[in-house]
Amino acid sequence: MLLRHTPKEIADRKALMINPAKTCQPIGAMYASLGIKGCLPHSHGSQGCCAYHRSTLTRHYKEPISAATSSFTEGASVFGGQANLIQAINNIFTVYEPEVIAVHTTCLSETIGDDLPQIFHKANKEKKIPEGKTVFGAPTPSYVGSHVTGFSNMVKAMAALAEPQEKKNGKINIIPGWVEPSDMAELKRLADLIGIDITMFPDTSGVLNGALTGEYSMFPDAGTPIEDIKASGGAIGTLALGEWCSADGARLLDTKCKVPCSVLDMPFGLNATDRFIDALRTLAGTTVPDEVASERGRLVDFISDMHQWLYGKKVALVGDPDQLIAMTEFLVSIDMCPVHVVTGTPGKKFEKRIKELTAGMDCEVNVKAKGDMFLLHQWIKNDPVDLIIGNTYCKYIARDEDLPFVRWGFPILDRQGHQHFPTVGYMGGLRLLEKITDALLDRKDRDDTPSKFELVL
Amino acid sequence: MGRTEKMVQWEPNDIKGKLLEKYPPKVARKRAKQIMINEALENTTPEITANVRTIPGIITMRGCTYAGCKGVIMGPTSDIINLVHGPVGCSFYAWLTRRNQHDAGEKGEDNYIPYSFTTDMQDSDIIFGGEKKLEAAIQEAYDTFHPKGIAVFATCPVGLIGDDIHAVAKKMKEKFGDCNVFAFSCEGYKGVSQSAGHHIANNQVFTHLVGTSENEKTDKYKINLLGEYNIGGDGFEIDRVLKKCGITNIATFSGNSTYDQFASANQADLSCVMCHRSINYVADMLETKYGIPWIKINFIGAKATAKSLRKIAQYFGDQELIDKVEEVIAEEMPAVKAAQESVLPRTEGKTAMIFVGGSRAHHYQELFEEMGMKTLSAGYEFGHRDDYEGRHVIPNLKVDADSRNIEEIEVEADPELYNPRKTAAEIEALEKAGLKFKEYEGLNPAMDEGTLVIDDLNQYEAEKLVELLKPDLFCAGIKEKYSIQKLGVPMKQLHSYDSGGPYAGFVGAVNFYNEIDRLVSSKIWSYMKAPWQKNPELSATYVWE
Repeated sequence: MLLRHTPKEIADRKALMINPAKTCQPIGAMYASLGIKGCLPHSHGSQGCCAYHRSTLTRHYKEPISAATSSFTEGASVFGGQANLIQAINNIFTVYEPEVIAVHTTCLSETIGDDLPQIFHKANKEKKIPEGKTVFGAPTPSYVGSHVTGFSNMVKAMAALAEPQEKKNGKINIIPGWVEPSDMAELKRLADLIGIDITMFPDTSGVLNGALTGEYSMFPDAGTPIEDIKASGGAIGTLALGEWCSADGARLLDTKCKVPCSVLDMPFGLNATDRFIDALRTLAGTTVPDEVASERGRLVDFISDMHQWLYGKKVALVGDPDQLIAMTEFLVSIDMCPVHVVTGTPGKKFEKRIKELTAGMDCEVNVKAKGDMFLLHQWIKNDPVDLIIGNTYCKYIARDEDLPFVRWGFPILDRQGHQHFPTVGYMGGLRLLEKITDALLDRKDRDDTPSKFELVL
Repeated sequence: MGRTEKMVQWEPNDIKGKLLEKYPPKVARKRAKQIMINEALENTTPEITANVRTIPGIITMRGCTYAGCKGVIMGPTSDIINLVHGPVGCSFYAWLTRRNQHDAGEKGEDNYIPYSFTTDMQDSDIIFGGEKKLEAAIQEAYDTFHPKGIAVFATCPVGLIGDDIHAVAKKMKEKFGDCNVFAFSCEGYKGVSQSAGHHIANNQVFTHLVGTSENEKTDKYKINLLGEYNIGGDGFEIDRVLKKCGITNIATFSGNSTYDQFASANQADLSCVMCHRSINYVADMLETKYGIPWIKINFIGAKATAKSLRKIAQYFGDQELIDKVEEVIAEEMPAVKAAQESVLPRTEGKTAMIFVGGSRAHHYQELFEEMGMKTLSAGYEFGHRDDYEGRHVIPNLKVDADSRNIEEIEVEADPELYNPRKTAAEIEALEKAGLKFKEYEGLNPAMDEGTLVIDDLNQYEAEKLVELLKPDLFCAGIKEKYSIQKLGVPMKQLHSYDSGGPYAGFVGAVNFYNEIDRLVSSKIWSYMKAPWQKNPELSATYVWE
């Protein structure tokens, strides 16, 4: 047993978190920043954070993750990090020549109260920001919320760059939330298929799933151009995918630039994708081509083909709120039973949504926001499941409890594919189902006695 | 694979100039002192600037003090609960991400390595202080697990808001009576790198653990293995070889280690230092307080392993052990030789660059040498001048303002347990016979003349070096891996070993030869251009041709 100290009896813990189902804000901000074209994320704190965040993202993507840091020393921690940040801005523009520097903070700079806008103003006054280059930022205190909050805060700071426009440009903004580069590419493909002109930010497709060519550019020709983000104030509407990741940015565009927004669930699975496509169509006033309907039909077909293997199977889920909400709905819609759902990210709304989505099931559902994976494991010990879906850290639970396991979410440190193949949209739904049925049927093949072992399933 | 392009012969001075030319003047001046052209002189080496603050915005490879303390030194210990006092991130990122393997047995011995424990500080803890929450978390950890020890680690905000973690630890230790609770003030902003964290960890382990064991170790040839973290099973392989020789490893600091190992370290008769940077403090303190001499050894490379075993045997001076060691070397070497011969045709003459933490950039050159590979450039993230130039420079090292607040503890000979293992005359005789005590010559003398030694290499310089010198292999860490590979150069991680290993000892050498052979001989690097990119001209052919 790897997790041999996890007891079945659940004692209430108020202070000790064990095996978190979340991490801290700045990594989310760093990921979001990488979705801007020519942008170097910058971590305003001591350099350990930046090293950890880069390493984690790199392990997940198997791609270079560039980000700079203010490298606080003890002196800066006492007297403030202004000098460090201004030096850093100068060094970055001189050496690495990005178009944009997107600064986020850490618990260190937040605790001492460094004021980013004031520092940017000073850097500007001292001519440290070259003509035509952008430096902006977001406060991302690690002691509030989670990595999801950090993503959202950076997206909100992007939205704040937008200016109200005299004339609407006819485009639609999509804020995709914390999904994979492959998912962002899929969302663009769908919009393109329907013939809609969109601005999507952030957009990490092409940035974090790049080619091997023998040439390396720190800033690939991908990501959302900062001009497009600034012009997003002229859009006819914004679709924010995921309340936790995208709503703040979309609402800011609404209040600041009068771009009406709808907050939708992330388009994982059948119904959430339906609502996304429908919202897109309504907003743009176009019709959905048959091709999209046929993709949808293939997903429905797959569900019907495989339904007997899915029906009634109990699932434990862990991850981030927006993703889990959509996944829970999807599982319920195909007659699976998500019985344990944990996120580390705070938000009372989460528990309420999961309760609503699972209300029709005839089994008890455990759900917790601000939970951890130690608790999830204890729930599983008390009420076993047929499948666990979550990030790589689930493999320890899966091994101890001998559970089929589908890797989904962040971080995935021990497999590849997530950066290349989407799980959003109808095609992504097909891939999710393929993964789920593979895991379940591989287990059946492993467990069946020789006389029960079958060729055709 | 542009093998032919490698005919460019750069002068070291030109390369250094190229690395510096893009920097703002102040940065260039500073980096000039950290980029050194090796003169490899007898008994003197040129001076390098090291262990100084990182340049903001330069994209360093470095991490922080917490990483050096919790992640490196304390993380590998299985039966102590490592409780991180801070917001969730620090604990999360150090959760199973360093490959310090552990053999926890099947009998259900304590093993907390797969767990991450944190107080998950919230904004209210920042405002009102986190001591109460820390106290409650320690209590909950004790109630749930009843461990032998609980170690508390400070993160950035803890020092700023003034939580007294040592007072909390002391209070809880007294309350429990059967669980040692102690704390580390390893806030991330202290010092300039992971290095400060090593020092802080050394101090506290020595103060709170060493010498507290009730178990008497009565084996023969007792050593401590200091600064070996069992990455990819390195320590397992070293232990296998030691055991085969009849040498008893009392305590490894800290790969595959337990509470009792730390507590018994004072019972060894010799300390063997593998990673000098991270653990030399403990080595010195063991000598001062208990009278245990230390020698520098290296189990990376088959030749180095044999040499290190002979050193240990020489120290104990017992013919039985000396013979046994020779016998083991004779037994192990044929397999190594066979592997070496099988890869040499493909590795000989190839070039490497190595930029790793604080010791491997030196040690691994031994392995490359065994494969006929030349190291063109190397350096540490956070080595000090003594790791580059040798310990003889220690007396003239100045502690600068950034590292001044790292605690130096004073230890004295233990009134009861101090027992010099060798008399002054014995030590002198051994020194005369070539066994050097408290000695480490550093990386520079090991490198060829005209090679580049670079401290705290950054992303820009890494790319520039690869572009200018086109090495066949680049060794560093995960953050560098994929940008280097995008350039078409195979990259080997020498922190995590890319999930491979062990690379220490005799079996490790064989693993490493084969792994490097795989990397430098791989077909992958020939696929980077599509056929239509190689020959974009149209040349029509006819079907009947």
